[in-house]
Amino acid sequence: MVETMRMDKVDVVKAAGRIDSHSSPALKDAFDLLLNDGRNKLVFDMSEVEFLSSSGVWVLLETQKRARRKSKGDLVLANPSENIKKTLDLAGLMHFMKIFDGVDTAVAGF
Amino acid sequence: MPTATFEARYENLGRIGEFVSTAAKRAGLDDSAAYAVELATNEACTNIIEHGYGGESDNRIECSIEADDGGVTVVLLDWSRPFDPSRVPEADFSVPLEELNPRGAGLRLIRGSMDEVRFEPIPGKGNRLTMRKSR
Repeated sequence: MVETMRMDKVDVVKAAGRIDSHSSPALKDAFDLLLNDGRNKLVFDMSEVEFLSSSGVWVLLETQKRARRKSKGDLVLANPSENIKKTLDLAGLMHFMKIFDGVDTAVAGF
Repeated sequence: MPTATFEARYENLGRIGEFVSTAAKRAGLDDSAAYAVELATNEACTNIIEHGYGGESDNRIECSIEADDGGVTVVLLDWSRPFDPSRVPEADFSVPLEELNPRGAGLRLIRGSMDEVRFEPIPGKGNRLTMRKSR
């Protein structure tokens, strides 16, 4: 399940449950829709994401790549679980990610 | 030893994950260790589907998980072409974001999540992957 909340300057995408090779295409579609629309300040609310596989990690990195190609664009993460942070760390990708404890803080970070 | 067989489809990854995660927790692993078992199993099954079987199919993945005093051992069997992990390039995430390539990321997560990982080809049949997570 993926939801998008369009705000003034920053958009928030929220997913729930598992993000794996079965579900990650829907997440990619949600991000691509925003990026194709010229929206490049993105927050991913992970408060209800229970599991993130490498295919999900890759969607985040590809989205981040595209978002950062435009001035001040980025994809940042809000509320990832400790297990998900550990996955990003194991993958050696923590240094690419900006992580915030809440959606409001993440939005304000832009 | 609890064993389950799944068709090689991405929609089954959730069921496979639940199967190993439930068994790992029942064996006394904490939440973090059980998650690591689920993550490694998910990555391995994804690789079997994507690279072993060349995409989703009716082919099978057999998953077993056994608990002992020290932890759990997951065994995955597939009937795809022999897999040689030494031929997968090591994932390099020290490069700039624009140059990142996902190849090898799953293998890196498998090795990083588990305490022991062993790939064995079964001549004429397929592959056996044995992964151990200590308590």
